[in-house]
Amino acid sequence: MSEPSVAARRVRSGVSHALLILVALLFLGPLVYAVSTSLKPADEVFTPTPELFGSEIRWQNYADAFTFAPFGRYFLNSLFVAVVGTLVVVIASSMSAYAFARLQFRGREHLFVLFLGTLMVPQEVLIVPMYWLMQSLGWVDSYWALILPWAFTAFGTFLLRQFFLTVPAELEEAARVDGCGPFGSFLRIMLPLARPAIAVLTVFTFISFWGSFLWPLIIVNSVEAKGTVPLGLAQFIGQQGTQWNLMMAASVLAMIPTVLLVVLLQKHLVRGLLVTGLGGR
Amino acid sequence: MVTVNDTVAPAGTARPGRRPALRRDGRYASVFLAPSLGGLALFTLFPTAMALAISLFDWPVFGERKFLGIENYTQLLGDPVFRRVVLNTTLFVVLYVPLNVIVSLALATWLGPKIRGRQAFRVLFFIPVMTPMVANVMVWRLLFQPGGLLDSGLQSWFGVDAPNFLGSSDWAMPAIVAMSIWQGFGYNFLVFSAALDQVPQSQLESAQIDGAGPFQRFRYVTWPMITPSLFFATTMTLITSFQVFAQPFILTQGGPGVSTQTIVMYVYNQGWQFLSMGLASAAGWVLFVIIMGITAIQFVGQRKWVNYDV
Repeated sequence: MSEPSVAARRVRSGVSHALLILVALLFLGPLVYAVSTSLKPADEVFTPTPELFGSEIRWQNYADAFTFAPFGRYFLNSLFVAVVGTLVVVIASSMSAYAFARLQFRGREHLFVLFLGTLMVPQEVLIVPMYWLMQSLGWVDSYWALILPWAFTAFGTFLLRQFFLTVPAELEEAARVDGCGPFGSFLRIMLPLARPAIAVLTVFTFISFWGSFLWPLIIVNSVEAKGTVPLGLAQFIGQQGTQWNLMMAASVLAMIPTVLLVVLLQKHLVRGLLVTGLGGR
Repeated sequence: MVTVNDTVAPAGTARPGRRPALRRDGRYASVFLAPSLGGLALFTLFPTAMALAISLFDWPVFGERKFLGIENYTQLLGDPVFRRVVLNTTLFVVLYVPLNVIVSLALATWLGPKIRGRQAFRVLFFIPVMTPMVANVMVWRLLFQPGGLLDSGLQSWFGVDAPNFLGSSDWAMPAIVAMSIWQGFGYNFLVFSAALDQVPQSQLESAQIDGAGPFQRFRYVTWPMITPSLFFATTMTLITSFQVFAQPFILTQGGPGVSTQTIVMYVYNQGWQFLSMGLASAAGWVLFVIIMGITAIQFVGQRKWVNYDV
């Protein structure tokens, strides 16, 4: 066999890097296009040749998006729903995960299998009875309905249980000897240790609430008052003379919180995929 | 793999007689489990059963309900729109899943440890997975518009007229698939990257010394070690791609005609446009059964190709 020379290897690595950058630029294309359109005057969105910039950079579009549709309201609604929803998910699933990982009780295995079984049910099966349930509770068009139905997931329980199982039992035993009950050791030992796993769960949950579309589409009647960001964006569809520049401004704004989350938590995300077994191993 | 039994208190700390301990823990356990158990019972278990019940009724949003038995299901099977919708969804899955896996695995392999700035690439490809689907789809709707970037780019750079991507029944589904791959492959890409990082470099190097080329190294060293990830990724991608909704809903509204309408769109239309909850629920259950069937086939099939002993 012949080893390629150092020079040949360097060329190959250079080509590989250049191609990757090209792929990345292509991949970024739609996002760049969105930002570029969001800064153009309305009559320059569609041009015969692609232009990165219009005749002026209209930052004003971002402000106009908030007066064209109540996006301020949509953002607040989304933020409220995502934050409260995530809190409930993290609290409820860390508690049940602790019980499954650390406490002895009758029927534990069966109950856990039941929990996992609920993961199989797709949202689409649930939306019809859920709508009926919300009607019966008088929760249609309410924050309750936007948050609670999706705030109890076996996914979080499963993910955090996996993590709690890796915590050495001795740590907790020592605390118990010192007079710490299950609540004490849950709060003071397990939760702090589980921070990376909780970070992963938080990000995934926040993002799924933030981006959720089908359920708000169904349950929200007064879009102006209770609409979330995706719902607000979708309102533009089918309107004659869509204000594409304003809509792209709103879309870009809708992306910012999650892009920030990904960039800030990138290390945790990759590691989290590994420690929580989401990487398939 | 850690099993639940590993968490029993280690020998030496064992208390005399397990029963009292069990009972004491049991009381705590019910407190720890109450929120999740209550929530899952009310918002998942009960609605799942309820969905089956509703699917057996003529169940309008307002007004009289009437028991129909399996009539909703026979009506679905006889409905040419529903048959078309199942076909469309299957076509989406058949195009989307393999392309997603190929793109994400190829890029993850390419971005090996020798690539500089791989962390930045990882973050980049992950961004559309995390940004709201509706915002992503909006951007692509503009991209596909007549006069949008694709159209004007093709005309001014290559001098060819672009097809009306979203308005043509030949192009609409491929356009939806292309958009979906762009937005979704980052997740599997990250899963594969994590799995590939665990393949020991020393084994790859010794295979190389033994004369194995890049293809052989991938086939005989890398592949067996990443099959669990491949299994996980294909199963999850299959399940989620049968649930495709926002992309066709916003890009084409299911059109032209019903050529890109999917099962979930059908559920939505029946339930909230035509206000027929019974039929919507039945369609939802059909989707559930399809997903369960596919998952079962995946789990049976995995014995043939997934390798857990490395």
